[in-house]
Amino acid sequence: MNDCQNTPLLEVRNLVVNFYTRGGVVQASRGVSFQVAHGQTLGIVGESGSGKSVAVQAVMGLISNPGRIEGGDILFRGRSLLDPAGRKFVRKVRGKEIAMIFQDPMTSLNPVFTIGTQITEVLRHHLGMTRDQARKRAMDLLGLVDINAPEKRLKQYPYEMSGGMRQRVMIAMALACEPRLIIADEPTTALDVTIQAQILELLADLQQRLEVSVILITHDLGVVAQLCHRVAVMYAGRIVEVGDADQVFASPVHPYTKGLIRATPRLDVVTERMVSIDGVPPDLISPPQGCAFSPRCDQAKNDCLRSQTLTPLGDDRHVSCWCAIKGDTR
Amino acid sequence: MGRFIYRRLVHGLIVIFGVTIIVFVVTRMVGDPVQVMLPLESTLEQRAAFEKKLGLDRPIYIQFGEFLGNIARLDFGESLWQKRPAMDIVFEKLPMTMLLTAVGIGFACAAAIPLGIIAALRPGGMVDRVTVFGSLLGLSVPQFWLGLLFIVLFAVQFKILPTSGAATPAHIIMPALTMGLPTLARLVMLVRSSMIDELNQQYVKTSFAKGLPFVRVVGLHALRNAGLPIMTLVGWEVIRSLAGYSVVVETVFAWPGIGLTAIQAIERDDLILIQAIVFTAAVCVVVINIALDFIYKLIDPRLKLT
Ligand SMILES: Nc1ncnc2c1ncn2[C@@H]1O[C@H](COP(=O)(O)OP(=O)(O)OP(=O)(O)O)[C@@H](O)[C@H]1O
Ligand SMILES: [Mg+2]
Repeated sequence: MNDCQNTPLLEVRNLVVNFYTRGGVVQASRGVSFQVAHGQTLGIVGESGSGKSVAVQAVMGLISNPGRIEGGDILFRGRSLLDPAGRKFVRKVRGKEIAMIFQDPMTSLNPVFTIGTQITEVLRHHLGMTRDQARKRAMDLLGLVDINAPEKRLKQYPYEMSGGMRQRVMIAMALACEPRLIIADEPTTALDVTIQAQILELLADLQQRLEVSVILITHDLGVVAQLCHRVAVMYAGRIVEVGDADQVFASPVHPYTKGLIRATPRLDVVTERMVSIDGVPPDLISPPQGCAFSPRCDQAKNDCLRSQTLTPLGDDRHVSCWCAIKGDTR
Repeated sequence: MGRFIYRRLVHGLIVIFGVTIIVFVVTRMVGDPVQVMLPLESTLEQRAAFEKKLGLDRPIYIQFGEFLGNIARLDFGESLWQKRPAMDIVFEKLPMTMLLTAVGIGFACAAAIPLGIIAALRPGGMVDRVTVFGSLLGLSVPQFWLGLLFIVLFAVQFKILPTSGAATPAHIIMPALTMGLPTLARLVMLVRSSMIDELNQQYVKTSFAKGLPFVRVVGLHALRNAGLPIMTLVGWEVIRSLAGYSVVVETVFAWPGIGLTAIQAIERDDLILIQAIVFTAAVCVVVINIALDFIYKLIDPRLKLT
């Protein structure tokens, strides 16, 4: 809290992550940069395979074996999580100050341990609580995520719970040490629609009550519009547009953002037809030169073959598109 | 739970009863016991007396009833070879085999589990390749040959270990190693592949994201999930050893266990002792299987005891 309020809580700078696979080097992050301010919710959207999960897993230190972080920096509260001196810091931060909720609640919990064990082990490890203290706190946490009969639930195994219930447990676990940042990677994709709404509502409510920052990865632009202060649009291992969520949705600048918004069905407007984006996402083993979206872009010109970076466009909006920067957004 | 124990006991008793019938039939079918047990030159009177002594002159169903009754009292009669109750011999030799099995397979587990885990952490890495190679090597070497190799090496060449018998604690080292190595080779491959599977599971990612120490994630979260296949193999190795496979090692090292005794009993046509040994082996198998089911349930609470 007493860190200087101007430094963002999390800052990812030019992150480069490569996966060394048999087929070649998959460039999953090709210079990703974004920031999350205190108490803010950042939405990350983008097609499947654009590198959303890889970017946040790098923050959690979860990039393993064929993958390597090969460039850039990740600063949490102004301190690097990547430099060798920061190892101790990472160990203190991961799971305690930064917590993560995964996509599939059916497989994210360990099937052979009780819910109680899985929640209390976090508390005991990070906060040094005794068994009893941890159990009491775990019951409070289950209450916080609207699970009733917490005493009974603590003794249950994951297989005895529904998907929605398990995701609530995951959220409770993430909240255990009162983190400052929660990363939710498609937390509702695996759940059915009514449960999705409940879980998102719960997340939004907790975010406001606990004043925690959130990174929410989702494919649902509607959810972003509802819950997120800011939104980052990813394409082929890069962020192509980032800014205030309302503004980005009201006046998207990057052609890919426009395409995404056009491809989203809306209930409040009678659309002529849903428009999908032509073409296929690029291969990250040999991504196109310059703007990776240019092969699919109807405004592409020669400039687009030159590499470009995120450029400020006023109002805290950043875009990486030659057309947009030159002003002829059409 | 009570239902489970009840069902298992009934099931086990059926198995043991089946084995009893087979033992009874086989020992009476395969030649005439009197022929086998008495010297060739014995007279007809001697044979008749012997038949009477064993009760072989009575109808077969009476004999079977009596056989069952005796078994219920663990009384198989006197060993023809050692002239003392067969069960006494079993109770004397079986613990030696149990000891050998425990040390041998215990050693295998103690080595295979850490080794398999380390190999699984980096599949294709140095440790992994050495482990896989060593394990294939271990699997292709016959056990008796391994035993002889140890004797030549440690007893003859370096003279640091005794060759045979069970006189001192040092006597168990070579037989236990010989028994454990093939088990180790099989087990390490299984631990490795199960752990590779588990380490790729999502819950492992979750555990790391929770900030739990590496040792806890790998050695507790992942290992417990890999526990079922590992326990299955360990259980099978124990059963195999107690049910007679220990005979190879026991013969090479003259280890006074049940396997060696079984071989000797067969050589001496000691039907009484053979019956006692086969029966005991069946009981061991049944008991271990029941114990295994409990252990499975302990490892994986999702399993229902039925
Ligand atoms: N362990 C891995 N080994 C090899 N390649 C990987 C690995 N993890 C991710 N990748 C590659 O990195 C790229 C980005 O993957 P990522 O999971 O971040 O996509 P995503 O944006 O989260 O997609 P989705 O919306 O489907 O979750 C993909 O091309 C993927 O193939
Ligand atoms: Mg993803």
